[in-house]
Amino acid sequence: MPIRFTLNESAVEFAGDPVMPLLWYLRDHAGLTGTKYGCGIGACGACTVHVDGRAQRACVLPMAGIEGGRVATIEGLIASGDEAARAVRAAWSEVDVPQCGWCQVGQVMAAADLIARKDEPSDEDIASITNLCRCGTYPRIREAIRRAAKSRREGAR
Amino acid sequence: MATSLTRREFILVSATAAGGLVASAHFPTRARAAQQAAPAAPASLGAFVRIEPDGSVVIGARGAEIGQGVITSLPMLIAEELDADWASVRIEQLPLGIEASSEPPGLRPKFGAQGAGGSTNIPEGWNELRQAGAHVRWRLVHAAAQRWSVAPEDVRSEAGSLFGPSGQRAHYGELAAAAAKLAPPAGDLPLKPASAWRILGKPQRTVDVAAIVTGGVRYGLDVREPGMLTAVVARCPYFGGDIASVDDAKAREIPGVRQILRLPAPPADGPVLHQLAAGVAVVADDTWAALKARDALAIVWKPGPGARDSTAALEQRCLAAVKKPGTHVRNDGDVEAAQAGAHHALDATYIVPFLAHATMEPQNAYVKLEGDRALVIAPTQAPGQANKVVHELTGIPRLNIEVQLPRAGGGFGRRGETDAIAEATLIAKQANAPIKLFWTRDDDTRNDFYRPFGAHRMRATLDAEGKLTSWWHTTVGTPIAWRGRDMEKAPPWTGLVDEDGVPAGLVPNYRSEFSSAEFQLMRGWWRGPVHSFAAFASQCFMDELAHLAKRDPVEFRLAVLGEPRELPYDGHGASVLDTGRLANVLRIAAEKIGWGRSALPGRGLGIAAHLVFGGYAAHAFEVEVSGGELQIQRCVCAVDIGQPVNPLGVEAQIMGGTLDGISAALHQEITVKDGRIEQGNFDSYRLLSMREAPDVELHVVPSTLPPAGAGEMGTPTVAPALANAIFAATGKRIRRMPLAKALRG
Repeated sequence: MPIRFTLNESAVEFAGDPVMPLLWYLRDHAGLTGTKYGCGIGACGACTVHVDGRAQRACVLPMAGIEGGRVATIEGLIASGDEAARAVRAAWSEVDVPQCGWCQVGQVMAAADLIARKDEPSDEDIASITNLCRCGTYPRIREAIRRAAKSRREGAR
Repeated sequence: MATSLTRREFILVSATAAGGLVASAHFPTRARAAQQAAPAAPASLGAFVRIEPDGSVVIGARGAEIGQGVITSLPMLIAEELDADWASVRIEQLPLGIEASSEPPGLRPKFGAQGAGGSTNIPEGWNELRQAGAHVRWRLVHAAAQRWSVAPEDVRSEAGSLFGPSGQRAHYGELAAAAAKLAPPAGDLPLKPASAWRILGKPQRTVDVAAIVTGGVRYGLDVREPGMLTAVVARCPYFGGDIASVDDAKAREIPGVRQILRLPAPPADGPVLHQLAAGVAVVADDTWAALKARDALAIVWKPGPGARDSTAALEQRCLAAVKKPGTHVRNDGDVEAAQAGAHHALDATYIVPFLAHATMEPQNAYVKLEGDRALVIAPTQAPGQANKVVHELTGIPRLNIEVQLPRAGGGFGRRGETDAIAEATLIAKQANAPIKLFWTRDDDTRNDFYRPFGAHRMRATLDAEGKLTSWWHTTVGTPIAWRGRDMEKAPPWTGLVDEDGVPAGLVPNYRSEFSSAEFQLMRGWWRGPVHSFAAFASQCFMDELAHLAKRDPVEFRLAVLGEPRELPYDGHGASVLDTGRLANVLRIAAEKIGWGRSALPGRGLGIAAHLVFGGYAAHAFEVEVSGGELQIQRCVCAVDIGQPVNPLGVEAQIMGGTLDGISAALHQEITVKDGRIEQGNFDSYRLLSMREAPDVELHVVPSTLPPAGAGEMGTPTVAPALANAIFAATGKRIRRMPLAKALRG
């Protein structure tokens, strides 16, 4: 039985190894390389995608686990015009968050999930993001999240 | 003046006609160059600039971008003198540029230095790239002057356009073809004064930031090329070990597996292969198949010469060796005599662990070998070395080996090594297919070139007034210059001893000596090499001496530095040590943290200052310690890097370097037990988290002096400032990293 799910708003089927992590499906099979590998154990969040609207780590999510689910990667989220993602992306550019950039798509996905759930994320909400950044962009990530949430609140008015 | 194009220009013009700055390796004909001169085509002006017919300016970024910002800052240097419109300029990453030369070794760089290491990109580009921009502008101005029959002095340039004295106006595109025919002047041109800058010294965002955050940047690991296979390697976990036996029957059954190859143990004295572990490579259609098959391999390893060794034993060897004489790297006055009859004396030994680099994007490389040509796409800090390694392993002429430089997911010195590129080349050769080599996080942590391990014994004396009278720093460490690396002829303390660092030249009796410690592990360059551990030992010890002298630690340091003056300095990215600039950043950091106020119970302030690759940095921390746990309350950093090229980039680098310093100081160490590395993934080799990361209060000293690079300056003073703050908070003197572990222990 192939695994059926939605990827970036298109229906897809997967007939390969059901224990393969979603990350490798996205990168090697679907060609969506915006989602990065960092650790393979769910520790760093470089592979963060949205599954049914929530941030999840694709490197520890087997294909069998997404049967019937809705998966969105950075490419899909941007293309769909997702409002939270748009605000986060703009704030990330304005604040000039990235250094090497490798973890940043994962950071953007985690932040988009956060501000979609919380209009005004608290310091504690932001500190709860466990995505790692080796370059040490955390202060700018915090600033960008606050800025994105603010612009989204103002846009909603 | 019609066809005075240089040989270099022919190449570039042709490459442009082929659709980009990616220079083709074949030599073009005059006919193609002539075709290029047609007004409707883009024109290459010098090595770095192409101007499209619509006037848009394309600037080639020559440096390997590893997160240090050179894809933005180096083109800024060109754009300023070119008078380009920064908002509309387009930046393209250049590949490695080499071309034939009649002088030995028969090759020369086309674009100048392209590697990343020692924070040299900005200092090296400072004049060279501004001159490159000025030369292009000169040609455009002269082309305009010819067209308008006016004097070149009467042509003004601004934001990608030229203006004549009688209202003439043309954008760069209209004059690019004519300018391409003009030979640039020999020698340097006058450069703009800082007061005329529109781009330099102003905050500029990362040029490809929008692509980064939308997943649109292709990193090395994102490469997907036709016919490409993915490889992973099971490497011998014992350094210098080998394969005893392999059973690959189960691995071969996994769908998608193409080949399983042996990579035998390399000879220890080989030119390149010494960097690689023996291993078994799995070549497969995709990453998952390769990883599954690797797991299914049954390999028996032959342990290497260090199979029983451990970092615990290494530490004991180092602690024994610091009591014995070493090689005098610098020896002023007579330390022994000074220490024999001293009023106050202190003797303390600091321990610095091995560290991994842990770039977020692990090591990887794409290598395609095709007859007498090769293509390498890999994150590297050493593009020239990458080219050379592929040549050495394949015999393919160096001019036929193209090295593309994708944005790299971190460097920190790790990608100055070309081991992954060498490994991918060996696999591509055996597999007879284009190979993308993938290292997992564990592969990366366990096969690094680690920051050297060291024991630093510090001895000093004070006179009755508390004045420093002698300083004796004995370093015992694992040399980077080891096992036939290219730097094998360098002295063993290269990258381990900061012999001209403070207080050298400031105290009459000074000795820096070194002894090598044996250990079976590759060592390499880790962000702020030398400084990241030399500053820990010297700036913690300076604090200890201040307390011994019953003096305030800031006041004591200022007294040691004395009057502002330049001391000769050699070896680590500076030619002088300016005590005034160092004292200044120390004072600023002290003032901003509120030095001298009484801290709350359980809290303490700590400070440190150091010269790092031509820049002066100081950190001050306020920490709170309770129940053996450390909390950073405030983090202040003051730097003097000369004239900042891109203030936004400088801020990013110092902020990031500071957090990197905290990460390393508090949490990180690589340990070895029974010949094997104990850490693997981020669960055992911790990076600082968002929750732990303080904001960095940064103060950049305004300066008109030539800029130093900012990439490594933020890291070295963090650990000593933190350790000194912990002492102030608790009275506990920690003399080893990682600090958090020592604090709990």
